[in-house]
Amino acid sequence: MAEQVTINQDGSAAVESDGVRRRDFINIAAVSFAGVGAATVLIPLITQMAPSKDVLAQASTEVDISAIAPGQTIKTVWRKQPVFIRNLTPAEITDAEGVSVDALRDPQSLADRTVDGKTNWLVTLGVCTHLGCVPLGAAQGEVKGEFGGYFCPCHGSHYDTAGRIRKGPAPTNLLVPEFSFLSDTVIKIG
Amino acid sequence: MSFSWAKHYEPKTDLTKWLDQRLPLPRLVYGAIGAGYPVPRNLNYFWNFGVLAGIALVMQIVTGIIMAMHYAPNALVAFDSTEHIMRNVNWGWMLRYAHANGASFFFIVVYIHIFRGLYFSSYKAPREMIWLLGLVIFLLMMATAFMGYVLPWGQMSFWGAKVITGLFGAIPLVGEPIQTWLLGGFAPDNAALNRFFSLHYLLPFVIAGVVILHIWALHIPGSSNPTGVEVKTESDTVPFHPYYTAKDGFGLGVFLILFCSVLFFAPNYLGHADNYIPANPLSTPAHIVPEWYFWPFYAILRAFTFDFFIVPAKLLGVLAMFASILLLFFLPWLDRSPVRSGNYRPLFKIFFAILVLDVLLLGYLGGAPAEEPFVMMSQLASAYYFAHFLIILPIISKIEKPKPLPFSITDSVLGKDSIGTAGGPALQPAE
Ligand code: HEM
Repeated sequence: MAEQVTINQDGSAAVESDGVRRRDFINIAAVSFAGVGAATVLIPLITQMAPSKDVLAQASTEVDISAIAPGQTIKTVWRKQPVFIRNLTPAEITDAEGVSVDALRDPQSLADRTVDGKTNWLVTLGVCTHLGCVPLGAAQGEVKGEFGGYFCPCHGSHYDTAGRIRKGPAPTNLLVPEFSFLSDTVIKIG
Repeated sequence: MSFSWAKHYEPKTDLTKWLDQRLPLPRLVYGAIGAGYPVPRNLNYFWNFGVLAGIALVMQIVTGIIMAMHYAPNALVAFDSTEHIMRNVNWGWMLRYAHANGASFFFIVVYIHIFRGLYFSSYKAPREMIWLLGLVIFLLMMATAFMGYVLPWGQMSFWGAKVITGLFGAIPLVGEPIQTWLLGGFAPDNAALNRFFSLHYLLPFVIAGVVILHIWALHIPGSSNPTGVEVKTESDTVPFHPYYTAKDGFGLGVFLILFCSVLFFAPNYLGHADNYIPANPLSTPAHIVPEWYFWPFYAILRAFTFDFFIVPAKLLGVLAMFASILLLFFLPWLDRSPVRSGNYRPLFKIFFAILVLDVLLLGYLGGAPAEEPFVMMSQLASAYYFAHFLIILPIISKIEKPKPLPFSITDSVLGKDSIGTAGGPALQPAE
């Protein structure tokens, strides 16, 4: 296409020399503009389903741990999910530290999963990393699995005393949420 | 149906051929809003408003479904959950404002659409069914908007629900039981709120269904046009796509600019501050008014302050209000003039303008307090409204001498306004 003459509906003629019709340009510009606009509208339509501000405001929990004796676990709730706070006995700590980290499915030492100098405080989500059931082993008298930690009854995942996956289908260790000690007896999760 | 020169859909690829034999959806679209639907070439911008109404309906459904994800239709928490949408939900404020102002813009668009029909007599044969279905849509829209306004459970919501269901209380003998039944109680409460939410969610889809019938009925004769002269030859029409998709697209752009200006810069301008006060069954707001789009009807309702023979004022007002809309169902048979377009009806044009002013005045009066001189003015304006349709229109149809009509749409476009010229040379649009 070299030079092209277009007769418009009102009878006037538009001559273009470079082969691109003015109407093509207007078309592409208009449709792109509308397309960008429509795509922008999708942002609010989609993000409205993300957690709202009141939900995010509940994203941290403070827990008093002074009453948890060695060997005891309590369940608490953080972001509507169960959290296990466990005061490990010296034997359980030795157990956990005796495992060769490299042999684990999700290699982590007890020290990696606890706070320096307070290795007896194991804080994990009570949510099996397989499909989300709550593992047993926190409450008195529940089975703790073959490795003395937690056992998920849904599909048989066994966790050890550091909450690490040792046997069964779960892919990773029980998640350790972000937490810190506000004092010796109070921790803040999240 | 379409004109004999309508282009037919021809699938080009193997995939579209395969699809065409199994689910000819592309064929349907092509024939309904594509190049296969010939449309009068002379439609002006008033013919944009049907498509705009359809888009407004879709916007209401989308924003509404989203808000239903966050709203709780329970009298204890409805108000708080609305505030939750405004403050906590991501973009919730925008979605709610878009829904509330979207309702207003929907009504603006539909009112223009209706008055377009009144001026160009689009309701006349063979388009009566389009008009009647349009009126059904309009009634459904009013019911939907009313119930939606109740959901935030503010003061205006509560008292609106009470007053509007009270209209049914005016019916002799069975009125009060009907009102109690509608509310599921003696005053608006949880039962009423729950059923209003359920129906408010349902009715837009019923509207969408009736819109499909409306457009189906439209596609039988095709659109009318500003001359009111029916399509005669191919040169009277252009394909819907690209001509009217482009024109509707441009109109949509203008509409969205206006909509966004209000949405982002004056989102509460069309609303009422009292609805940010939680519902209180023990105290009525001093000045209770419905949303602006109900004002003309509200003015007619309040115009009846006197009993007439044995009919009490309360019942008269309700009857008049419903009659003002029901009357429009008979319009195709009240206006006997054979000429459609107001452009060719000198007398009709004047009275049409007066009707528009009358309805605007009624709108103003409906929003004004129920005191003099507004009450008396409402009475006069209401009387004129009915007189226009029942007396003036039939008389005009008889005595008016219409201006000569163009022979065809093509002739009118090319400026040959005299009767009897043969169809001008067909001007092909630029390809
Ligand atoms: C949700 C509401 C509505 C939608 C989506 C809608 C849609 C449409 C569309 C797309 C058209 C064709 C384009 C146009 O002429 O503007 C149309 C035509 C028409 N509509 Fe509506 N409409 C609605 C409400 C109404 C109402 C309330 C009335 C009257 C009471 C009405 C009466 C008509 C008439 C008479 C025509 C034919 C106009 C002509 O061909 O000259 N519509 N409508």
